[in-house]
Amino acid sequence: MRADHDVIASLVPVGSRVLDLGCGDGSLLEELIRRGADGLGVEISDDGVLACLQRGVPVLQDDIDKGLDDLEDDSFDIVIMSLTLQAVHHPALVLREMNRVGRKSIISFPNFAHWRLRTQLAASGRMPVSPLLPYTWYETPNIRLCSIKDFEALAHAEGFTVEERILLNEGGAREGAVTQRAANLLAAGAVYLLSR
Amino acid sequence: MGASGTPARSLGLVETQRVVLFTEDNPLVLDSGETLAPVEVAYETYGERTASDDNVVVICHALTGDANAAGHHGDPTHPGWWDTLIGPGKPVDTDRLFVVSSNLLGGCQGTTGPSSINPATGTPYGLQFPLFTVSDLVKVQRALLAHLGITHVLAAVGGSLGGMQVLQWALDYPDEVEHGIVVCATARLSAQNIAFSAVARAAIMNDPDFADGNYYATGKGPDHGLSVARMMAHITYLSEESMRQKFGRRIQDREEPRFDLGVDFQVESYLQHQGKVFLDRFDANSYLYLTRVMDYFDLFADAELVRSQLAKVKTKFLVLSFDTDWRFDTSHSRGIVRTLTAHRVPVTFREISSPHGHDSFLLEVPEYHKTVAAYLDRALEETN
Repeated sequence: MRADHDVIASLVPVGSRVLDLGCGDGSLLEELIRRGADGLGVEISDDGVLACLQRGVPVLQDDIDKGLDDLEDDSFDIVIMSLTLQAVHHPALVLREMNRVGRKSIISFPNFAHWRLRTQLAASGRMPVSPLLPYTWYETPNIRLCSIKDFEALAHAEGFTVEERILLNEGGAREGAVTQRAANLLAAGAVYLLSR
Repeated sequence: MGASGTPARSLGLVETQRVVLFTEDNPLVLDSGETLAPVEVAYETYGERTASDDNVVVICHALTGDANAAGHHGDPTHPGWWDTLIGPGKPVDTDRLFVVSSNLLGGCQGTTGPSSINPATGTPYGLQFPLFTVSDLVKVQRALLAHLGITHVLAAVGGSLGGMQVLQWALDYPDEVEHGIVVCATARLSAQNIAFSAVARAAIMNDPDFADGNYYATGKGPDHGLSVARMMAHITYLSEESMRQKFGRRIQDREEPRFDLGVDFQVESYLQHQGKVFLDRFDANSYLYLTRVMDYFDLFADAELVRSQLAKVKTKFLVLSFDTDWRFDTSHSRGIVRTLTAHRVPVTFREISSPHGHDSFLLEVPEYHKTVAAYLDRALEETN
């Protein structure tokens, strides 16, 4: 199981109705369903959707950048978006839609203000590459990079309340050694549990 | 290569069987309250049943289909209407699945319909045949399964009107169908859809040979009207792009146009041919009744009823549309997905890219076939 998926799964109560935006091959949903959740994915790629089919994970092939018109208000307990925020064209729109269709949201993303990325850029003068952001600048799908501070400002502006924040290390697992105060500098990523 | 890893083959020679499912003593009670008997059904089966009957797939055909979904009746160059999808090693893999395909109620290819003899008069029903609904079509499908001793269906699969039956089945009998595969269907026709039906019916009913539907004895049916109805419907099954590619503005059988009012363009010739061959296999009254069934279908009309029905539905769905289908475009499929999802019914949805319009569901579109194969593979896996 992907390390950040493990962190996310720990935030999902048993029996929740879960929507996973950008669910990829459906592995997180499959695990959540195994743990008793009722799950639906949204995925844009053909390969991802076929992999979901093979896992028996219900999935809608769709572009979340166009909104979630097929989904009703409050129709999910939890809406998850893991390591996908940085790849959407319209993060504010997507957050608004998550807030509309789900009572709570779980969002994970790589922190672009992590000290290692800062030093890479400062020292080499070139776009940083890391385990959570493994692509070169010219082929990366990650077009909306943000820091922890940036994200919290947007989440606040969109009317979310932070219920819980779990910091991630470069492997995507829970980062235990970093103090919450120094998160923007020392955490490679973060998982947020948000409510309205 | 099929999902099971064996190369896709044809079923070869298959046979249509017939059975009387409703009799005077046990008539079919229609939604309208009217009764109908006898009701005979033409059907075919492909593949082998498992001991526990956990591999049954029911095929529901569209407006003008018949029981012969796959394999052939003697001429391998004229296979069944869904032979692309159904067969050994194909997405609906008859090496592993037991497939039941019947001609639907009101049809004209072996199942009781307006051209059948009305026992009360000894002559064909014509317009004395009662109107019926998609729910009535499902009742007959179920009666056939009961006759075969089948109470549980792994998957019901249908395109267009076939998909409408799959949806209705799940709502009316929430425990019976494990998976519903609904391809380019709709929960309700749009005004434009109904308008096309209306013009088709007008063409038939205004044909002087229609004779109020009692044309069977005259030896001369409303051929002109029926072929015009078919020609028009056929336009709605193709996309602008596929017609452009297939015909363009090419002239039939010569370089230069004739400059007359006859059949000059290739597209005209094609449609005329389609209209003509249709006469050999279809009854005008069946066309009237079956288009009317579609017009009145409105699956999610009653929100309260739908809420209580969908709360009980155990069926999981695969809903597919095609991006160039304008007969039932993707918004129709999205409407189905929206309602099912709102009521927590598991749905997988894809809009498949294909240049062939509504007809795509009958054709070999690789991404579409891959999807159905993967879905049914998984469905079979879950039974093991």
